[in-house]
Amino acid sequence: MVEILLDATVRAGTPILFATLGAILNERAGIINLGIEGLMLIGALAGFAGTFYSGSLLIGVLCAFIAAFVAGSIHALITVPLRGNQIVSGLALTMFGIGVTALFGRGMVGETIVGLERIALPGLSQLPIVGRALFQQDLLIYISFILVFLIWFFLYRTRIGLGLRTVGENPAAADTCGISVSLYRFLAVTTGAGLVGIGGAYLSLAMTPMWIENMSAGRGWIAVALVIFSGWSSHRAMLGAYLFGGITAMQLRFQAIGTDISTHILQMLPYIFTILVLVVSTIRLQKGSSQQPQGLGQPYDREDRK
Amino acid sequence: MPELLQIEHIRKTFPGVIALDDVSFTVATGEIHTILGENGAGKSTLMNVLTGLYHPDSGKMCLDGTEVHFTSPRDSLACGIGMVHQHFMLVPAHSVFENILLALDKVPLLYNRKQYQQKIQKIIDTFELDLDLDTEVWKLSIGAQQWIELIKLLLRDCRLLILDEPTAVLTPQETDRLFRVLRLLQEQGKSIIFISHKMREVVEISDRVTVLKKGRSISTLDRGSFDREILAGLMIGQDKIPEWQKNLQMSENIVLDIRNLSVRNDRGLADLDQVSLQLKEGEILGIAGIAGNGQKALAEALTGLKPVTRGKIFAGEVDITHSTARSSYISGIAHIPEDRKSIGIAPDLDVADNLIMKSYKNPLFRRGFFQNRGAIRRNAEDKVSRFAIKTGPDGSPVRYLSGGNIQKVIIARELSENPRVLVALYPTRGLDIGSAEYIHKVIVEGAGRGMSTILIAEDLDELLKLSDRIAVMFRGRIIGYADPRRTTREEIGLMMSGERQDQAS
Ligand SMILES: Nc1ncnc2c1ncn2[C@@H]1O[C@H](COP(=O)(O)OP(=O)(O)OP(=O)(O)O)[C@@H](O)[C@H]1O
Ligand SMILES: [Mg+2]
Repeated sequence: MVEILLDATVRAGTPILFATLGAILNERAGIINLGIEGLMLIGALAGFAGTFYSGSLLIGVLCAFIAAFVAGSIHALITVPLRGNQIVSGLALTMFGIGVTALFGRGMVGETIVGLERIALPGLSQLPIVGRALFQQDLLIYISFILVFLIWFFLYRTRIGLGLRTVGENPAAADTCGISVSLYRFLAVTTGAGLVGIGGAYLSLAMTPMWIENMSAGRGWIAVALVIFSGWSSHRAMLGAYLFGGITAMQLRFQAIGTDISTHILQMLPYIFTILVLVVSTIRLQKGSSQQPQGLGQPYDREDRK
Repeated sequence: MPELLQIEHIRKTFPGVIALDDVSFTVATGEIHTILGENGAGKSTLMNVLTGLYHPDSGKMCLDGTEVHFTSPRDSLACGIGMVHQHFMLVPAHSVFENILLALDKVPLLYNRKQYQQKIQKIIDTFELDLDLDTEVWKLSIGAQQWIELIKLLLRDCRLLILDEPTAVLTPQETDRLFRVLRLLQEQGKSIIFISHKMREVVEISDRVTVLKKGRSISTLDRGSFDREILAGLMIGQDKIPEWQKNLQMSENIVLDIRNLSVRNDRGLADLDQVSLQLKEGEILGIAGIAGNGQKALAEALTGLKPVTRGKIFAGEVDITHSTARSSYISGIAHIPEDRKSIGIAPDLDVADNLIMKSYKNPLFRRGFFQNRGAIRRNAEDKVSRFAIKTGPDGSPVRYLSGGNIQKVIIARELSENPRVLVALYPTRGLDIGSAEYIHKVIVEGAGRGMSTILIAEDLDELLKLSDRIAVMFRGRIIGYADPRRTTREEIGLMMSGERQDQAS
């Protein structure tokens, strides 16, 4: 029972984990991205279509990354060199994603593929309680584990990661050290978007191997909230994503065994949780213990004094 | 000496402002060249052009005889030009180590942390600095932050070093230390462009001085052909340095009575340790001390910005120990803070709004429920002309102003409601001599009207000239008082380093 619940937790948390990590990469460079929801949908559709036509899940995942990368570069173009409003551009990206996937996804509705398979790691997968949840999963989940560490390592142990954090904190300081603020920001936004796309692909390739219109169902927004909850750090993003995954898993379980509580209320739980997360993290933000990048949301213009 | 850098007819405008009109000068190899000019003359703008941060509208720049066009600081760094900016280019949330590492050249993607820490520690040790590499920069004093900027510059192998007002936030001792470093660099054949408003320093260190006035280079003088008076004359031109006379009579009324005041800092240590002080009406009480010995904590406790751990503060009969910033202002205490950019102004608002920030409730600036824009504008015009603030076009954000002019906006605002007590931290920091003199005049005239001032300053000349009494702080305590008419710089210096106690109370 616990084993199954934990397993469902990880699986439900993974798409959000990818999306949150992608968004963290964006915001660490100082760019707010409210287009996560749209990017997830684009990733989900591209991943599904890629797999459907090529027959290869790997190509599908790659398609998801590339499609979201390209869509993310619209946001990057508007916010970095053109210094447009990041909020507006992000919202537009979400609406674009919803619309464009509804349109091009029509042909995919009802099609099926063989979803990602579980790979049991020898030995480890036999561990009691956590064995199934952590070591008997599909490839993307293993990749997400590694990614959490990699992003931390990149940000805190490499020169380029330090440069990226500086670009997000104080772009002028980065600029005077000879770092190209535009290049760092552009690549952070697009690469982050690519990760969000993989999160979307997880929905259509592993969780429910099919394309359903608007299948992200608000998960992109939850990722946006989790960025704040995580304090812009990758391992806390993992915690947040699995907390959310856990609540989703639990409410599904409740629905399955049948309780007196209305399913509508059960389905609300993950979103209520999101609101709580936002309230708590906002209070923390106001207490000043925040990790928020100081240059977040501000376009950088070299000749403008700060 | 062969010329390293040649600047010809540089012009740079911003919307509505001509920051640089026509500037030409040269820097020789192994030379220390000072750029002198009033606040807003265009010194920082010129340096930003030299490092590729700003693009000039027109003009020519040659390095080693060949023309160069910098499109970003990256280009100028590649040519061996490095700069310490007037407003620091540091990331407050990052550690000292990370801030310095970022500035280093040729750091591999995966760097050896230990090795770089040792390298940086070595230079910290050669300067005998007390800097912990793992501390986040926001926790450090402004002086320490200045040293980080200097270290960033020195660790890069630059041929031309540009220092924009590095000494504004250093103690006299630290300035001496910096000058020794600069002379050493000079011997190694490096060139230095130095900016300062302190004439004593300029005369001491410069090989040549170029005077900038209203965006034009008006003359360049060689060592030996300048002294303080000549330079001041050139810089200020026909404008006269304001004159003032000190009022020597003082009432015996006590306006501020501080009893056994203690304040703890963020790390739980005592910043202020059992300080007692009495301020008389119309008195100017100077506070001397090396930065970081509790002066800032005293100012913040008095103005309600920092909670008092123990002790009491009375303004007349009223206990204001636990009042907040706003109520301490209403009870008549004005504050000129140390860090002007982060707490002194609202950077995106214009000069007029910044000037009424503390008096927006004043009926003068209100018309019923609404603001009285006319009165607000007239107030701004009056202050701008009285304090000679050089502003951009109407309505442009105050962050566009030059460093010295931002300082003037703060002072004008703080003095506008005739405060009973003024707590001023380094009020003339970064001001040109004309403006500094004007501020002195305002403080002394205020004293004549009964305003009492707690003047916290590093410049001993300033303290000796203005104060009626000087208290010396050391490690969070007042270790003694000096009488400015009888004491000397040296005596106060000894007390500041804790080597001598009371002289006369
Ligand atoms: N980025 C900018 N945008 C608009 N105006 C600017 C900008 N940078 C400088 N200015 C204007 O150019 C003029 C010169 O400013 P600058 O900072 O070069 O003066 P400064 O000589 O360094 O003065 P200070 O001694 O006070 O530092 C000022 O009027 C300032 O308002
Ligand atoms: Mg300047």
